[in-house]
Amino acid sequence: MMMENDKKMVTIYVMGKKHRVPADLTIMKAMEYAGHQFRRGAGCRGGFCGSCATIYRKKGSYKLLGALACQKMVEDGMYIAQIPFSPAEKKTYKLDELKADAGTFLEYYPEIARCLACNTCTKACPQDLQVMDFVQAALRGDITTVAKLSFDCLSCGLCAVRCPAEIVPYNVGQLARRIYSRYVVGPTEHVLVRVQEVEEGKFDEEIKNLKALDKAGLKKLYDTRDMEA
Amino acid sequence: MTTMKVAYYPGCTLKTTAKNFEASTLASAKELGIDLVEPGRWNCCGTVHALAKDDVMHHIAPLRNLLRVEEMKAEGKVDDKKVVTLCAMCYNTLKRSNQVFKDDADKRKKVQENMENEAAPYGGSVEVLHLLELLREQGWDKVSTRVTKSLKGLKVAPYYGCLLLRPRGTGLDDADNPTIMEDLLKALGAEVVDFPYKLKCCGSYHTVQMKEAVADLSYRILDQAKRAGADVVAMACPLCEYNLGPRQAEIRKHYPSFGSLPVVYFTQLMALAFGLGDEATAFGANTPDPRPLLKERGLI
Amino acid sequence: MLSFKPENRAFRDKVKELSGEKIDLCFQCGACSSGCPMTQEMDYLPSKVIRMTQLGLEEALDSKTIWVCTTCFNCEVRCPRGIDIANVMEALRTMVLRKKYNRVNLEDLTAEELRELPPIAIVSNQRKLTA
Repeated sequence: MMMENDKKMVTIYVMGKKHRVPADLTIMKAMEYAGHQFRRGAGCRGGFCGSCATIYRKKGSYKLLGALACQKMVEDGMYIAQIPFSPAEKKTYKLDELKADAGTFLEYYPEIARCLACNTCTKACPQDLQVMDFVQAALRGDITTVAKLSFDCLSCGLCAVRCPAEIVPYNVGQLARRIYSRYVVGPTEHVLVRVQEVEEGKFDEEIKNLKALDKAGLKKLYDTRDMEA
Repeated sequence: MTTMKVAYYPGCTLKTTAKNFEASTLASAKELGIDLVEPGRWNCCGTVHALAKDDVMHHIAPLRNLLRVEEMKAEGKVDDKKVVTLCAMCYNTLKRSNQVFKDDADKRKKVQENMENEAAPYGGSVEVLHLLELLREQGWDKVSTRVTKSLKGLKVAPYYGCLLLRPRGTGLDDADNPTIMEDLLKALGAEVVDFPYKLKCCGSYHTVQMKEAVADLSYRILDQAKRAGADVVAMACPLCEYNLGPRQAEIRKHYPSFGSLPVVYFTQLMALAFGLGDEATAFGANTPDPRPLLKERGLI
Repeated sequence: MLSFKPENRAFRDKVKELSGEKIDLCFQCGACSSGCPMTQEMDYLPSKVIRMTQLGLEEALDSKTIWVCTTCFNCEVRCPRGIDIANVMEALRTMVLRKKYNRVNLEDLTAEELRELPPIAIVSNQRKLTA
């Protein structure tokens, strides 16, 4: 068991106020330790939803860094501010009516033409994605590259908040991934095969039998099911 | 024939609305033993060159592309630290930012600091060329020896536009009396038609929000070319091609008697003269369609 | 009567600094204006705008001229004194744009226009005419 005195503590500044917090906590846990209650800016707490976008600086350094509060561990001298919401307009589009070309990106997000290739978005990304590269790929109509590079994007909004050309990269990525799945890759073969089998009635008998079973019968079927070792 | 590998910077428009420019370029360059190699990673050059003397940020985009060329040379993908570009505006932007980088130590330092995410910052060693310059370097007889279907009988008016030649000293030929496009066209066997507006601006980016003004300028340019007897106008820039080609619909709204005049990229004429197929000449993507006229002249 | 006040001098000097051009050399020959392709859309001729900057008149910033310029550099090639008038136009535009002014708006374009225009047109349009 660790004694309170032995626990390593660090100093962090949350919205300007100084706090001493345990060093082995994430920013989110440390802020809660310090007494903050998250009403916005917290979600899955597992590094997947993008709600806890945070910007911070470290004492003595001019560099502005971005992170997810639920993933990043605190460091001594961190100056922290949360960005719980990034204002951005998501354009409405019907996936069925979209064309898989560069014109689509310019039609919905023409501001991508303003990209300066300054790389600020890439520097802000807490997922270490090549944001500038995927925005540029969208401008060129290279949908596959946009989809692949933006795959792990959480739409946390740090790139959009920092972009000097006022682009919202995560919206561009999302549009690309949707077009990619629908038009570039197309429906997956095994899904198509299975749907056809269902329509042909391959499973009709089995489902009929299942529906006819009582609770005991279902339980027996469940207990004797095939299981992978 | 030995093949030379040269870095090639397409620019966003050649990948989208000007695919015919790229297709005809890659095919005809290959015929000449030039393998144009695109960098694996590149970004929009951010045309047009930022003229304000204190500007640093707008130079980062073009210089990042030149860094890619240095990387390609280091990886052995190209023979030299040269980059060939097709779009006149990209050419001007890359070349001028390169010059700023070389001349201004303070800006050079700032740009390099801003490239901290790169494996190494740009060193300033790349030469920016337009394809016409590369062809001139190689010698026009090299071009004429590949001609299998001479463009004899085709009257071509070369249109330079602005950024290929200006400002003085940055262009690839004399700003008042250029001959480079004429030399190329002659090497292809075409009859060159000189006309007074070959250096006049097409209206450039005002096509977005002032298209009547552009239609006016384009009309005057095309009208002069017609009066000089041109069959087609040869282009070296996708924005000029848009303003003088597809924008003809806008011209007809204001000048109903205009008719039409085909405009093509100079590389499409090269591909035609080299006897390369439809995929290379890519005339189907041009508005207005030049094929009826070319058929009339017995070229297709 | 026109008098050259300190603020006039400050404006003129700022334009000289931002453009890097020796505006004082202009002797109003008009060669730039006669070669300019966009004069019919302008309120002041290019040579007149240069004169205004020589006199330090900030009204130059309110002109339509500076926004209609296509940066074709025809003026630069023609100027007998070696002034790049296009640089001066850009300096004047820059002074206005840096005050959070946008001359054009992407939101005014229709979906068809955005699809049809070559990217190069949108890129350069935004680069020259927006903050």
